[in-house]
Amino acid sequence: MNKVLLEIQGLRKQYGIVEVLKGVDCTMQEGEVISIIGSSGSGKTTMLRCINMLEEFQGGHIRLEGEEIGYEHNGSSRKRKSEKDIARQRALTGMAFQQFNLFPHMTAAQNIMLGLVKVKKMPRDEARAVAEKWLDRVGLASRADHYPGQLSGGQQQRVAIARAIAMSPRLMLFDEVTSALDPELVGEVLQVIKGLAADGMSMLLVTHEMRFAYEVSSRVIFMNQGVICEEGNPKEMFVKPKTERLAEFLKTSSFN
Amino acid sequence: MMDLYSFFDQVWIARLAILKGLGITISISVLSIIVGSLLGVLVGLSLVYGNRVVRFVVRVYTDFIRGTPVLVLVLASYYVLSTIGIDLGPFQAGVLALAIFCSSHVGEIVRGGLQAIPKGQTEAAKAIGLTFNQTFAYVLWPQALRQFLPAWVNTAAEMVKASTLLSVIGVAELLLRTQEIISRNFMSLQFYFFAGFLYFVINYSIERFGKYVERKTAVPA
Repeated sequence: MNKVLLEIQGLRKQYGIVEVLKGVDCTMQEGEVISIIGSSGSGKTTMLRCINMLEEFQGGHIRLEGEEIGYEHNGSSRKRKSEKDIARQRALTGMAFQQFNLFPHMTAAQNIMLGLVKVKKMPRDEARAVAEKWLDRVGLASRADHYPGQLSGGQQQRVAIARAIAMSPRLMLFDEVTSALDPELVGEVLQVIKGLAADGMSMLLVTHEMRFAYEVSSRVIFMNQGVICEEGNPKEMFVKPKTERLAEFLKTSSFN
Repeated sequence: MMDLYSFFDQVWIARLAILKGLGITISISVLSIIVGSLLGVLVGLSLVYGNRVVRFVVRVYTDFIRGTPVLVLVLASYYVLSTIGIDLGPFQAGVLALAIFCSSHVGEIVRGGLQAIPKGQTEAAKAIGLTFNQTFAYVLWPQALRQFLPAWVNTAAEMVKASTLLSVIGVAELLLRTQEIISRNFMSLQFYFFAGFLYFVINYSIERFGKYVERKTAVPA
């Protein structure tokens, strides 16, 4: 049962001369729910975006189920994989974004169907059924034919999560999915994520919701200045932080 | 009363000339809009997705064309091209000039439409595993189309108006026909008004059609 899903080794990323990730190492088992916390600029979102190659990275390895992500390594040289290969690898992970990023010219159902039909080559009626199943799952069965502009922020985010999950990814990435929401809409989205965690979905969450990270994660990673500063199970970390950095961060965050 | 009667009489006498002129005006406009738009899409795509060299070359092209009066383009296309051995008739030369003019404007419209789409759209499309071509076809282009439809309709109407400039190189379009008619019957006020009215009808139809398409393709919100 304890199978390694994701392996990150010595991940390095720089924008020009600014190094954002300075060698990140992390291993994730199948079924784990890991929250990544840290102040802004610590590199947590960048790390998440490297996993599905929305960001290029300059050094290190990312392996998903043993498969090298993004680059072909040959001794010490490396080459970016073909666009087609990268597109296929991206479909192995699902991602939900801070700004939802639903396609505004498509209905909720069409948003979900697009990847199923074009990437998974699923027949339209089958894709529609899958879309309806997931919309029902996130509590939006009656909104299938609504356009994003007709939905509230919380509803849009739930459709966006359904869109990602419907592709049956091996790993879900959540990038501050509640940060752009009005406070009263945060709960409904977190509820959906909790449901997925209960299903055994492997998830990596970048979040500012400390209470939520505490409740839902099997492990928490605290990042600081481009490296993992401390990690462990949430009960210990939030109550007895080992590093001073984390203690300081928790003091200024909303946890308590 | 007499005047109105004789005006209609003259219109009736000149009906074939007017219809022919109208036909030529519409042909010039339609051809230059179609060719110009196709070229313009290529220009726009090069400006957004081309590499540095392509972008530079196309940028010089659009800036140059947009900075040149259409009349100059029409004259150059007719008189200058023939000096380098490309002999085009007035109609072809005129349509070429207008199409080139149209392409630089459509190119800018397409570029603006594509660049106005938030980056998150591309990222979301990539994240579900769409290739670049799929992302473009299903996510970016449909949004850009809606975005630039009004500006494009505007350009189409501009092309109809610009078609009058072809009278200068002897294309017998509506304006030149009108001038010929006036030189026979001296009813300049009436016939210039009449021509103006016909141009208005064409452009008003284009505008209504554009509004109709805009309504049909609008995304509910």
